[in-house]
Amino acid sequence: MSGTMQDEPLFEVRDLRVAFGKHGNFHEAVRGISLSVNPGEVLGIVGESGSGKSVGMLAAIGLQSGNARVSGSVRFRGRELIGLPNSELRKLRGSRIAMIFQDPLSSLNPVMTVGNQLSEAILLHNKDLSKKAAMRRAEDLLALVAIPQPDRRLQQYPHEFSGGMRQRVMIAMAVANDPDLLIADEPTTALDVTVQAQIMEVLAELQERLKLGLILITHDLGVLAGHADRVAVVYSGQVIEQAGVDDLFARPNHPYTRGLIASIPNMAEEKERLFSIEGTPPALGQFPRGCAFNPRCVEAQDICRQLAPPIHRLGDHTAACHFAAGTVEDTR
Amino acid sequence: MSVATTLRIPRLHWLSLPLALGIAIAVFWIIATLFAHFIAPYDPLQLVARRLQAPSWSHWLGTDALGRDVLSRTIYGARHSLPIAVIVVALSVSIGSLLGAISGYVGGFAGAGIMRLVDVTLSFPPMLLAMAVAASLGPGLENAAIAMVIVWWPIYARLMRAQVLEVREREHVEAAIAAGAGRGRILFKHILPLCWTPVLISATMDLGQVILLAASLSFIGLGATPPTPEWGSMISDGATQFYSWWVAFGPGLAILTIVLGFNFIGDGLHDYFDPRSK
Repeated sequence: MSGTMQDEPLFEVRDLRVAFGKHGNFHEAVRGISLSVNPGEVLGIVGESGSGKSVGMLAAIGLQSGNARVSGSVRFRGRELIGLPNSELRKLRGSRIAMIFQDPLSSLNPVMTVGNQLSEAILLHNKDLSKKAAMRRAEDLLALVAIPQPDRRLQQYPHEFSGGMRQRVMIAMAVANDPDLLIADEPTTALDVTVQAQIMEVLAELQERLKLGLILITHDLGVLAGHADRVAVVYSGQVIEQAGVDDLFARPNHPYTRGLIASIPNMAEEKERLFSIEGTPPALGQFPRGCAFNPRCVEAQDICRQLAPPIHRLGDHTAACHFAAGTVEDTR
Repeated sequence: MSVATTLRIPRLHWLSLPLALGIAIAVFWIIATLFAHFIAPYDPLQLVARRLQAPSWSHWLGTDALGRDVLSRTIYGARHSLPIAVIVVALSVSIGSLLGAISGYVGGFAGAGIMRLVDVTLSFPPMLLAMAVAASLGPGLENAAIAMVIVWWPIYARLMRAQVLEVREREHVEAAIAAGAGRGRILFKHILPLCWTPVLISATMDLGQVILLAASLSFIGLGATPPTPEWGSMISDGATQFYSWWVAFGPGLAILTIVLGFNFIGDGLHDYFDPRSK
């Protein structure tokens, strides 16, 4: 678990902050996220919409919008990415670091054939490869993500593919150049439940086979239960709990995480109503004093409304809650 | 979610009545342009009959003040109006789209500068600006064409900029950036191919409008010079012959049909590409 110390993490984010605004009036959407991914490890990042999980990971690889201000440190194989010129980032993106987006229909160019898009992704990082060789590789890639009749499929346009097939194409495109790190931003959110499972299977199998470091961004804790090695829970731009996946589900150390886990519908229990966390996450720039979660927290005390919580550590399980250590004692 | 209007396999139901009519008219005038020397019964510059003859079987549209055959001059007139319209629209689309795309995609100082230039140009009434430019360059169809390009390119610049601003926010563009594509590749392969539909529709309609503007310039003597059989200048000749209506009738009908035809095509294309009008 603890790994040898000389093992450098593949991807290490330290105190990443992303602020949006204009003319000196900035609001932080990501307020100091720190996390790391080891080679071949699956890190799940879970959080509500607008918690900053996607924005943070996009900004980490230089894909922030023009009005964003990014600070902190992002190291990929020991190399600092923040402040790296765009031309250098471009060489990394799509080759060493790949991304999969949420909506596979809008993520594909509607007026280019799937074959052309795949071979473009290959040729972008293999300048001396011939167009023909790239097409052959594209065909192999489609076969790799289990798309039947890949030779025929190459000639087709994205609208001729079903949602699940499109996401397979996106995955194929992402692994086209054999990346070390794959960032999947809610890869199954736009898909049917039945297709979701298939896509996760394809992703998990490729991750295993290619020894990918995988960052799986989702708002569905259930997805992470089966596929992640470690989980980071993000709330209003901060990582509030981070732990191994089994540890997290067995001993959630933050009230928010407990709320999330309780919100997962359970078929075994008969319940009239599903559990939900009261209230809504704070709006950008209107974070409450003290702990950001305190207005919604059932366990909030005076101290939660006054002081930002320190991080409590228990092995490699961390939680940012004033009562984290105490609750750990209770559940034991 | 906005669905891009992309390539669909055309079936026959796309051919609406106005579109068919427009295409028929356009084909008619294209044939007239290409084969005027076969179709026209007389030489357009030759004095072939007595002056100001009313329409008859030998001169279907009569003769003008110098005794030239109006039908022949009208048919030959397409040789001047149509190519000029195509050239003006092609140049305007090229210049306007390029500058508009740069303005929309690159933005910043250059983008803002281009758009201010567009604003200034569009703030003049088009006819007035075209007149001013044509007058300062001197009469002649080439100068009229230059004047019209100056008047027309900003329309496409604005159109293209709006398209690029919309398309560049689409997720497939972000996916292309995430795949490591450079700015030029993204603009030309992932943005521009999705921007052409409104430009194409607008360009078709503008073919008719440019013919109209060219004729207007010729009408006031800033376009074609005599004895060129240009529709606008022919109407101008006819305007002085109060009792010989046929002198202006031929070129007038020509302008009417061709502008109508291109408008029909433009409307038909618009309906075809618009997913809501099915």
